[in-house]
Amino acid sequence: MSDAPVLEIRDLHVSIGDVEILRGIDLSLVEGEINALMGRNGSGKSTLALVIMGHPAYEVTKGEILLDGENLLEMKPFERARAGVFLSFQYPQAVPGLQVGNFLRKSVKALKGDDAPSAREFRKQLNAACDALDIDKKILSRYVNDGFSGGEKKRFEILQLMLLKPRIIILDETDSGLDIDAMRTVAAGINSSVNGSACLIITHYQRILEYVRPDHVHVLIDGRIVASGGYELAEQLEAKGYEWLDQEASP
Amino acid sequence: MSEVAREAVGDYKAGWHDPEQSTIRFDAGLSEQVVRDISAIKDEPEWMTDIRVKAYHHFMERPMPTWGSTELLNSIDFDKICYFLRSGEGTEKNWDDVPEDIKNTFDKLGIPAAEQKWLGGVTAQYESEAVYHSIREDLEAQGVVFLDMDAGLREHEETVKKYFCSIIPYQDNKFSALNTAVWSGGSFIYVPKGVKVEMPVQAYFRINAENMGQFERTLIIADEGSSIHYVEGCTAPTYSSDSLHSAVVELIAMPGAYIRYTTIQNWSNNVYNLVTKRGVANENATIEWIDANIGSKLTMKYPSVILKGEGAHGEVISVAYAGEGMHQDAGAKMHHLASNTTSKILSKSITKDGGRGSYRGMVTVSKKAENCKVNVVCDALILDEKSRSDTYPTMEIKNPSCRCEHEASVSKVSDDQVFYLMSRGHSEDEALALIVNGFFEPFVRTLPMEYAVELNKLMALEMEGSIG
Ligand SMILES: Nc1ncnc2c1ncn2[C@@H]1O[C@H](COP(=O)(O)OP(=O)(O)OP(=O)(O)O)[C@@H](O)[C@H]1O
Ligand SMILES: [Mg+2]
Repeated sequence: MSDAPVLEIRDLHVSIGDVEILRGIDLSLVEGEINALMGRNGSGKSTLALVIMGHPAYEVTKGEILLDGENLLEMKPFERARAGVFLSFQYPQAVPGLQVGNFLRKSVKALKGDDAPSAREFRKQLNAACDALDIDKKILSRYVNDGFSGGEKKRFEILQLMLLKPRIIILDETDSGLDIDAMRTVAAGINSSVNGSACLIITHYQRILEYVRPDHVHVLIDGRIVASGGYELAEQLEAKGYEWLDQEASP
Repeated sequence: MSEVAREAVGDYKAGWHDPEQSTIRFDAGLSEQVVRDISAIKDEPEWMTDIRVKAYHHFMERPMPTWGSTELLNSIDFDKICYFLRSGEGTEKNWDDVPEDIKNTFDKLGIPAAEQKWLGGVTAQYESEAVYHSIREDLEAQGVVFLDMDAGLREHEETVKKYFCSIIPYQDNKFSALNTAVWSGGSFIYVPKGVKVEMPVQAYFRINAENMGQFERTLIIADEGSSIHYVEGCTAPTYSSDSLHSAVVELIAMPGAYIRYTTIQNWSNNVYNLVTKRGVANENATIEWIDANIGSKLTMKYPSVILKGEGAHGEVISVAYAGEGMHQDAGAKMHHLASNTTSKILSKSITKDGGRGSYRGMVTVSKKAENCKVNVVCDALILDEKSRSDTYPTMEIKNPSCRCEHEASVSKVSDDQVFYLMSRGHSEDEALALIVNGFFEPFVRTLPMEYAVELNKLMALEMEGSIG
């Protein structure tokens, strides 16, 4: 583990159509560190997550993102995934007809290539992860996110996280829609996956951060990070909301 | 995918062609004399020659169908097509005796490697006639007859005479008339009372010559309480000029019998595929058509079941894929003639790169048929703006006690779906293949494992290089 960031975002500007959504983001993710990103609805959190993963709808108009010092923005989404970037989606997509078990196996193979575990080893990991997340194994023969409840979708994202073992983890509101018990099991799943990885947790609530303790907390307002601090910043936000930060945001 | 499956399926890219090695090739073009010559070369009984000649005249007089694609239909040049081509010296029972070139072709298609592993019997047809044929001894001992149609006519003339054209008369449509006039090859199957054939029997049809017409004729009779699963695969290499495949398949399910007929066709996009398939299901019998149409320039095919006996069940599960320069006009027909009959139609189509897919369906319930159940679902997946999908469902329900369900959906692949899969390490093509194969999954589930693998591979190939 070194202190050099694995993922470095510099002066990132992102637009969709004519609208600029991210207006100069600087953020570094270091291995072994957990960063939390908070901010109002529509402030641009998911946009940042999706741009890191390479969603085609967003246009980077200025700035750069470096992965191990290389230009991440030139890479296709699947190349980013293969390089170790993982996004737990705020809105995971359904793929009717694609069985969960089959999808997981194929994904592990796509990511790890020759280093993918044997079928038997994979089964073992899969069973262990399902148990840890309290996921009914019936899910394996269901179709990816098809008819899943909100909470089931989030748990399934974390199941993927545990099997794919990425180096850079971005969790976009994984805690939203989870009941209290599910929150605990999911948080345990996240904790078992983050060690050594660089992690960015996007959330509205302090609760998840009680389980998964961030080293840094950042606040996004109108496409800019207006405040950064330690865990106490999350506590302040929980108590006071975002208003007190608004003047920082105006250009 | 298991190693066994991979081996059995082989490399399904059917775009190669072998040097054509016919021993008899008729000049292109159709006339009464050509029809008589085909019959003579096969040394057929007179009644067959007569019916061929009548069918020929009917074909000549009958106008083209006015549905499907009239433009494409009218562009078929019947004078350019070769109506008979014999590839070997007759049907071999021993694989070693099959000519080397033909053997190579079928080796590439996974025959008879597949046969050894999981088939009850296999027949392989190259151009007009069967070149290889075998059936498991245990089935033969139980009285199961599985022959190519020419041999069926020679060895079981009375049965053929009784049922030939009984389900699909030559006057049924222009192409059933053409097939009846010039048919050659196909399968003849008889399953005796109560015999259950556990392993599927299989036929492979391959057009290898340019401008070739393939007109196989298949007749399957499942006697009372028997069951059979028949699987056919079809391919052709790509040539610059068009070929015509026009088969007729007649099925007879006696009371309590079960017939499943599975087709996986992967025609190249210059083959006209105009096929008539119909079965009659007697009391408590079941007929299922499982039909995958990948490729071809124009396919017009509407497998149908006549539910003639009380309690009969009919099913058509079909998928169609139309890419660039392809038009799939496919569907299903169900005719409920008796009470307590049930039918199910599931049709799934995918269009891409300007391909056209149409579902054309017809369900009728006669006045005296009480308590029938009808279920029709058609789903279309359109992969880009250039492609098109239509549905033409027709229902004529004359008995009010019928319970009828009909659903139709049209969907598009969303960027978000592709992106989600890409974020898990899958390239664009792989992502699309996962989505497409997912869409076909309800169909693929009905296939023997090896065919399921094959179809998934085929669709993955079709998705290659599809997004920028
Ligand atoms: N694909 C898109 N098309 C149009 N507008 C978009 C798109 N994606 C994001 N936006 C807009 O960009 C802004 C930021 O959206 P984003 O989803 O990043 O917010 P967020 O911070 O994740 O909000 P939330 O907390 O509600 O999830 C919003 O105004 C949103 O409407
Ligand atoms: Mg969001």
